[in-house]
Amino acid sequence: MSEPVLIMGAVAYAPKVVTIWEGFKAFFVKNGLPFDYVLYSNYEKQVEAQFDGTLHLAWNSPLAWVRADRIARSRGQQVHAVAMRDTDCDLRSAIVVRADSPIQTLADLRGKTVGMGALDSPQATLIPLDHLRSEGLVKPRDFLLRYFDVLGGKHGDHIGGERDAAVALMAGEVDACCLIDGNHLAFGLDGTLPSGSTRVIARTGAYDHCNFTTSPGAPAELIERFVSLLMAMRWDDPQVRPLLELEGLREWRAGRTSGYALLERAVDDENFYSRDGAILNPDYRY
Amino acid sequence: MAPSSIPTIDIESLGLDQGALLLIRRALAERPVGGELQVRGRSPDWEMHLEAWCRSQGHPLRFDTVEGKPQARITRGPHAEGRWRDAQATGTALGDINGAPADDAEAGWGLAARGATVEAGSPNFFFALHRRHELWATTAGELYRQAAAAQWDPATAIEWDADFELPPAIEAAVVQVMTYLIENENAALLVPARHLGQIHPHFREVLQLLALQCADEARHVEVFTRRATLRGHEPALSTAGGQASLRTLFDAPDFSVATFLLAVLGEGSFVNLLNFLQANAPDPVTRQIARLTARDEARHVAFGMAHLEYRLSVQPDYQAKLRNAIEVRYDALASTAGLNEEVFDALVLLAAGELSPGAIARGHAAVQQLQRDMAAGRRARLARLGFDRDEAERLSALHTRNFM
Repeated sequence: MSEPVLIMGAVAYAPKVVTIWEGFKAFFVKNGLPFDYVLYSNYEKQVEAQFDGTLHLAWNSPLAWVRADRIARSRGQQVHAVAMRDTDCDLRSAIVVRADSPIQTLADLRGKTVGMGALDSPQATLIPLDHLRSEGLVKPRDFLLRYFDVLGGKHGDHIGGERDAAVALMAGEVDACCLIDGNHLAFGLDGTLPSGSTRVIARTGAYDHCNFTTSPGAPAELIERFVSLLMAMRWDDPQVRPLLELEGLREWRAGRTSGYALLERAVDDENFYSRDGAILNPDYRY
Repeated sequence: MAPSSIPTIDIESLGLDQGALLLIRRALAERPVGGELQVRGRSPDWEMHLEAWCRSQGHPLRFDTVEGKPQARITRGPHAEGRWRDAQATGTALGDINGAPADDAEAGWGLAARGATVEAGSPNFFFALHRRHELWATTAGELYRQAAAAQWDPATAIEWDADFELPPAIEAAVVQVMTYLIENENAALLVPARHLGQIHPHFREVLQLLALQCADEARHVEVFTRRATLRGHEPALSTAGGQASLRTLFDAPDFSVATFLLAVLGEGSFVNLLNFLQANAPDPVTRQIARLTARDEARHVAFGMAHLEYRLSVQPDYQAKLRNAIEVRYDALASTAGLNEEVFDALVLLAAGELSPGAIARGHAAVQQLQRDMAAGRRARLARLGFDRDEAERLSALHTRNFM
């Protein structure tokens, strides 16, 4: 009988995803872990495949984690977040206006148009909506919302929605836009948002991003070897560094689930998923 | 509050997206791993941007309040140095104490400047010519500087509108000689160009020199073409024998052998030919062209000689390969006609300047003298490369009758 192979799912949100996982596959196989991966065009199909025996684990967006966790709980099963990037921890999003805008506080957004990212973007849509709601601003009652809905089903992994919203802000098409803090800096450095041209009027609370989510009944021994190999990856190893640079991290960390509370709340308030992980938003295309 | 011993920088109102990252990176680079740096600032978004940047770089960060203002405390993370661990040293820009580059340039040094520190894991480049003895010349740097200083502009260096009128037969002879020169210069351009792309850029002097050599030849093709067509003619005849001879140069796979056949023997003979044209051509334009191109060709011969002298100094038995190359080329061309009659007659006519028997006799004698000068030059260069007198004589005689 052939040796069991650990099968991982990943979403192809950009061409580099193939390079990344081919590189990881070679790394794992070279280090004695039989490993293969399956690419999905969207997180929803990937999460569903975690429950039909196709996948042993998945590289999940935070929103995919929320759905996988809900589906598992509703069935009396468990999924685990076993690893994440150092850069996945404690992110914040910013609500940004033009520097010359009369808008000073969130309350001034009443009646205005706020540009967000994709419908399913935790960082550029769901968490900012949660933040506005907690400040008493609920769409569409208190403000107009304009989605920059790039690549549905990718959960905002694609930077395009945030960039489009930033460009629309500068063009005066929206009164505010929502970005991850790091993208605000990146857009400043690359000239999308010329330095000094914008003002941050609010920041959301801290939240966590992606994680490796195990499927119910995943082979524990293979998962353990997978995690220990990840943790042994060193950024100063020239063979490994290109993979870590592509994936945007300096080191892997043990998974934690303490950073998803804001998103959990947003998912309920926005009626995005049900408690058992069913998709509720009728406008969601993936 | 007690003064802190932790180094502090103040980025004032400079935003992280306005250059403040440079100040922070530099200050942090001076701290050991685990060491701390305090940062003060007052641009609107500096705290948010610093948080995002530290997260992306793996530097732990916290904020204190000092005198009512936020102050960042960055701990230098362990990853900053990682990129340069096991980095590759690539020698020094000016070479060793004798100005020589490395014996063997490594594939992983790639396109980096000689002397640069190259990150481990950089991609390997395949350069067929990466060993010093296969391409180096101790005078390569000096020859490059001379070549750079001696570049000339075909548009202004030659008096294209000089006033002269040649009998039609003599003008036709000039056109035929130019036609022959052009195909030879095409070979002299393409042979180094073919090897140029295979040379490891660690040997930058050779790379630079060969690039200028190609530029020289491109210029020669231009001026010979311009002279051929100056009076409304198209270029004339090209023979199979002439092209067969050039093809043996074009196909020579080894850089040193190609350099030997092309530069030492062929271009060496060409310097004699161009000097002959400078002295005997019937019009001022051809004489000017010959003078300028001969000067360039002499440099190409100098590099060829310097390279082979270097190679033979470190690999004396390489002489056998050079001898063999001449003999093989002679055998390959034994069945061809050699220098075509059209070119030979054209040279006689061009030196004669007119069709009278007396002038033709003078022209013929001049061409015979040219052939003797070419043979003597080849013998002298072969002798400098260590061949004894008889051997140099024999090998010189085997050189292609096509001159190049």
